[in-house]
Amino acid sequence: MKVAVVGAGPAGIRAVEQLLRAGLTPIWIDESPDGGGRIYQRPPAPLDRSARTLYGFEARKASRIHDDFEHFSHLADWRPATLVWQIRRAGPAIELHCQSDLRGFTCEQVDALLLCTGAHERIVPIPGWTRPGVTTLGGAQIAMKTQGCAIGQQVAFVGTGPLLWLVAHQYAKAGVSVPLVLDTSPFTNKFRAAPAMFATGPATLLKGLWYTASVRRRAARVCEGGWPVRIVGDQAVEALIWQDQSGREHRTECDALALGWGLQSEARLADLAGVAFAHDAAQGLSVPQFDRTGRSAERGLYSAGDSAAIGGADLAEQAGARVALALLEDVGQSFDQALSRVLDTSLARHWRLRAAIDRAFPAPIGRAAEMPDETILCRCEAITAGELRAAAGPLAATGRAVEINRAKAFSRVGMGRCQGRMCSSAAAEVLAAHHQVALNQVGHLRAQAPVRPIPILAAPPPSAPPVEGSRP
Amino acid sequence: MTAIEADVLIIGGGGAGCSAALHLARRGARVILLERGMTGSQATGVNYGGVRQQGRHPAELPIARRSREIWGRLIEWIGTDVEFRPTGHLKLARSNAEQADLEAYLDVARQHDLPLDILRRNELHQRYPWLGTSVQAGSFAADDGSANPRMLGPAIARAAREAGADIREHHPVRSCRFDAGRFVVEVEGGSPPFVGPVLVNCAGFWGGSIAASFGEPVPCAPLSPNMFVTEPIPFFIQPNLGVVGGDVYLRQIERGNVIIGAGRGENDPDRGWSRPLPETTLSGMHKALALVPALSGVQVIRSWTGIEGNMPDKIPVLGPSLTTPGLFHAFGFSGHGFQLGPAIGAILSELILDGRTDIPLDAFRPDRFHEEPTPPTGIHAS
Repeated sequence: MKVAVVGAGPAGIRAVEQLLRAGLTPIWIDESPDGGGRIYQRPPAPLDRSARTLYGFEARKASRIHDDFEHFSHLADWRPATLVWQIRRAGPAIELHCQSDLRGFTCEQVDALLLCTGAHERIVPIPGWTRPGVTTLGGAQIAMKTQGCAIGQQVAFVGTGPLLWLVAHQYAKAGVSVPLVLDTSPFTNKFRAAPAMFATGPATLLKGLWYTASVRRRAARVCEGGWPVRIVGDQAVEALIWQDQSGREHRTECDALALGWGLQSEARLADLAGVAFAHDAAQGLSVPQFDRTGRSAERGLYSAGDSAAIGGADLAEQAGARVALALLEDVGQSFDQALSRVLDTSLARHWRLRAAIDRAFPAPIGRAAEMPDETILCRCEAITAGELRAAAGPLAATGRAVEINRAKAFSRVGMGRCQGRMCSSAAAEVLAAHHQVALNQVGHLRAQAPVRPIPILAAPPPSAPPVEGSRP
Repeated sequence: MTAIEADVLIIGGGGAGCSAALHLARRGARVILLERGMTGSQATGVNYGGVRQQGRHPAELPIARRSREIWGRLIEWIGTDVEFRPTGHLKLARSNAEQADLEAYLDVARQHDLPLDILRRNELHQRYPWLGTSVQAGSFAADDGSANPRMLGPAIARAAREAGADIREHHPVRSCRFDAGRFVVEVEGGSPPFVGPVLVNCAGFWGGSIAASFGEPVPCAPLSPNMFVTEPIPFFIQPNLGVVGGDVYLRQIERGNVIIGAGRGENDPDRGWSRPLPETTLSGMHKALALVPALSGVQVIRSWTGIEGNMPDKIPVLGPSLTTPGLFHAFGFSGHGFQLGPAIGAILSELILDGRTDIPLDAFRPDRFHEEPTPPTGIHAS
């Protein structure tokens, strides 16, 4: 029984823990040279900062995760700084095609695969969002966590979700001037969701209140329920023009901006492995189909943590353990049934908390459809919203394209280096509104290998003979 | 259900089918085209985009020459720029045997008035200093070039629609038969049957099973070209590059991306599924690097494939059926269909409306494999 786990964040670490307990030695792969995932990312060795400084309330949790990672990575078949760039079914087995700077291109065949590949941010492209000085909330946080630097001296924070307030708090606490925090979710959303958050996760709610209080105290201005209109500046960011809830326009001077409207599953490997996707109306996104234990309909394919469904780090730890137990059960190995029951109960409570958090900070579904024609939608290929609308017809030279892959073929939206991670949700909304169809009618932007770019190098190809033209 | 009638029914919305629809509609025929998915989404849409005459089978060259003439006025013909750029096609030799192959083709080219220059080592490397040292000779066809495969099929389809053709996407054909002097085509999804006196089979790989259903089995196998593309880099590769034997081909587009094809992917035509193969992509990267060493370290950002129809002799089945009057075939283009598409429609329209064409079609007869046993369908015969 050969198992691989992709990802060494909270979900991957807890999955590996259970697999090791069951006597398996999983192949464990992460793109990063280190474990912990984005959430518990550590600075490079020369930068020595305390866990308390880096992770605040989560310091103890972070230290435990890092200690456990060190321990498990010695027991597992740990492959740091390795990219899985393509997954292929080879009969009952699953092939993982890997690339690393040290080992070159390699291929692993496994019987089961656990994808714990995390998430990426959801962006609504607003005019000026590609200016230097604009980054995502996560990008701003990583800059501070790993490099100990800020993205600017006067940083505005725009978007919605717990991360917005957390990063704004971290920046303000570090002494960065925060002229504006613009949460696009109105206060009433949070007020209404508060009882459910209190019932299912009082500690989480308290932490959240503490962060928001800190931000309200330190930021020059906080607005809830508004919307960013455009980022202005000549060479760099100079100011944000935004509207408050009543529609009145304001201008806030800043030299950097962090944007983000929550997370979406990083599920391109799941897509290549054949996992089905379906439209999720609450998120307005196409999402991979895994059940609450992390099982998919595809044999041997599992996922946990944000890559299966967005739930955050605490939930990911439990889901990681749970998915490993599900795998053990499926292959007929003995597993800790008591633990699985405890996890199921706890996960159910966490998912209720998550649903309340999502009601407090709803994704701005449909807002991207308002993008002006001249605003860049696909950053990699420099395609504007207007170019997508024109290429999608009905007057286009190539006819009408409602389906998103068809529109990609005609417009190049989503064809660049990031493979649509940044623009696919916005592109879907622009397309749906352009054709006046429901968002689920535009379909799912298919993943194409490699999931991240791979270099053309003068190393011999792997020795495995190509299986040309055979059926999968 | 009342049947839907037309003068000509076309199955398959690739380059050949859409081109036939356009040529026929422009000449006044009532045309209905039935496409199982979307126009230009299989072989026509996923291929390399080569508009190449050099190196073709001598029987195919008259069609390629005629098609090239249409390519030259494609914008006027369909009203759309599908990014056709006559950059020239440079076919490279990496051994004496390959060089002999290039030189032998000069005679064929001369017979068909195809301008072709042989470049020997020094001249070649002087003109293209970025070529790898393993390359020892090349033949340059100045009139050849490339175009954007994602645009061609849909753009011809749109022009055909404007000319009056009825193009129906998402109409997979369930059955077709010849009944009392006319064809009856039934599709999935509840549409009434389509009837007409003429049926054109432009169904690519799936054209093989349509031919078989009319008593003309041919050994048409699925072929999936393994394609990938790099990030944009400064433009320096002017011509289209190919090699003798065809195991790698590449071109750089104006925006800087290098498009590379090598080997074959995998497929399951029953469910219209195809994928590039990782090992094939990696070995293709290697072969491309040998041709153009400056590609070292450049990132590959995307790979793809689709399903084409491949014949054992690498030329299509093209022309009238030998079993059924009113049935015409144009499928199994074996990876050469993209360049030929525009002319295929012209040839089919002449066959259907005039009863004749100037292009010799004998080499493309469906019965040319009669001596050989027919392999079971669906198995890759490479």
